[in-house]
Amino acid sequence: MHSIGESIALAFQLVLTGSADLIEIVGLSLQVSLSATGFALLIGLPLGALVAISRFPGRNVVLAVMNALMGLPPVVVGLLVYLQLSRSGPLGFLGLLYTPTAMIIAQTILIAPIVAALSRQILEDLHCEYAEQFRSLCLNPWQSMEALLWDARFSLLTVALAGFGRAVAEVGAVIIVGGNIDHLTRVMTTSIALETSKGDLALALAIGMVLLTIALTVNAAVQMMRTTAARQAYV
Amino acid sequence: MTITGAPPRIEEATQAPILQLSVTDLSLRFGEATVLDGLDLTLGPVGCTMIMGPNGAGKSLLLKLLHGLIKPTSGRIDWSGYSAADVTARQAMVFQKPVLLRRSVAANLDFVLRSRGKDRDRCHALLDHVGLTHKADQPARLLSGGEAQRLALARALATDPEVLLLDEPTASLDPASVLAIERIVSSARDRGVRIVFVTHDIGQARRMADDVVFLHRGRVAEHAPAAAFFPEPRCQAARDYLNGKIVV
Repeated sequence: MHSIGESIALAFQLVLTGSADLIEIVGLSLQVSLSATGFALLIGLPLGALVAISRFPGRNVVLAVMNALMGLPPVVVGLLVYLQLSRSGPLGFLGLLYTPTAMIIAQTILIAPIVAALSRQILEDLHCEYAEQFRSLCLNPWQSMEALLWDARFSLLTVALAGFGRAVAEVGAVIIVGGNIDHLTRVMTTSIALETSKGDLALALAIGMVLLTIALTVNAAVQMMRTTAARQAYV
Repeated sequence: MTITGAPPRIEEATQAPILQLSVTDLSLRFGEATVLDGLDLTLGPVGCTMIMGPNGAGKSLLLKLLHGLIKPTSGRIDWSGYSAADVTARQAMVFQKPVLLRRSVAANLDFVLRSRGKDRDRCHALLDHVGLTHKADQPARLLSGGEAQRLALARALATDPEVLLLDEPTASLDPASVLAIERIVSSARDRGVRIVFVTHDIGQARRMADDVVFLHRGRVAEHAPAAAFFPEPRCQAARDYLNGKIVV
């Protein structure tokens, strides 16, 4: 086992030389988490928009459930997806357990409620401003939802970022349904957990650095886009 | 489940004209507060009606009632046999503070043309009509007050309304913007669009009105042709209002 100082030096070396293992792990992480974010947006945004402009009995219960689901524990999601995809589960015939697809499914379930709940709040606030004009223009609900989603696009970027951040940083769900199999389902967070437990801090630190860099870069990019949009009064 | 903002039925344009308008014993109350109190009004099929009156007289709410955006507490609004909610799509309303979408000027107009199934190629002609061609690609929310109202007018005209309801569209605007908007509205009237225009600006009412409806305390205090109203209003409240006295 290296000292912490040596580990940090090695970590920098791994990042700077572009170690093949590191690139593979980072690549799979991004593939899984970006896919999950994409699917979660496809599910969560229309759902958030529909709830934002709808009034129905029990709406407060739906809102409470949506908000509560934002705090879904990743290990519980992992376990539930595992039970569905395991050989004895109802979807076992698909043979998806311990594949990146299973990891994408688990992360989508984890972050879709986050997207739905946060976007619902943003879109409802916007709808308060637009509702009378929309009624005057006789827009149907789908046209209203489309307009709200487009006009809130820069605010919704932050929602997408929150979802992506949750996905790329979680370990509980992907380790259960992915299994942390080398060259197949090993992602950044599961690698850090594994390498730390093995005492190989260099790789764990290197991956940690990449993870932090990705988080900072994505945040900075979104911030820049929002600032540009604000200048044009699009936020 | 109800969708807030769900539109009233869109009637086919081929249906019978919706004018004239007959409002009978219209009341609107919010809890203890009475805004409109047994209002009666008849409007003919053509021209520009200016609705005037002191603040709190119920002018803006009357416009929203006529447009079908809110429901009265009691009374009847009859657009030649149609209820207000049935003919919302055959009217257009320009609000005092227009809500513009967070997109470019042209995209704001294109959205309405597309949503209402109109010819999207009319976008530039409409922008030209309201003098905003040079602003087409600019963010709509960075327009000045006068430009924003002209865009709101273009958006309203894009729906080919039979009735154009205007709620103080020139409030707080400079004279040049007021003139530009009055020209656009006059041109719509000349093309046969029925205009119902709420204003506090007596000079504007004199320039634009074919007839004047003066609201006071939730009722129509006077409804007269402009030529008769301005020289000699019949009711005391209208006389005081035109003489610059405070009317409450």
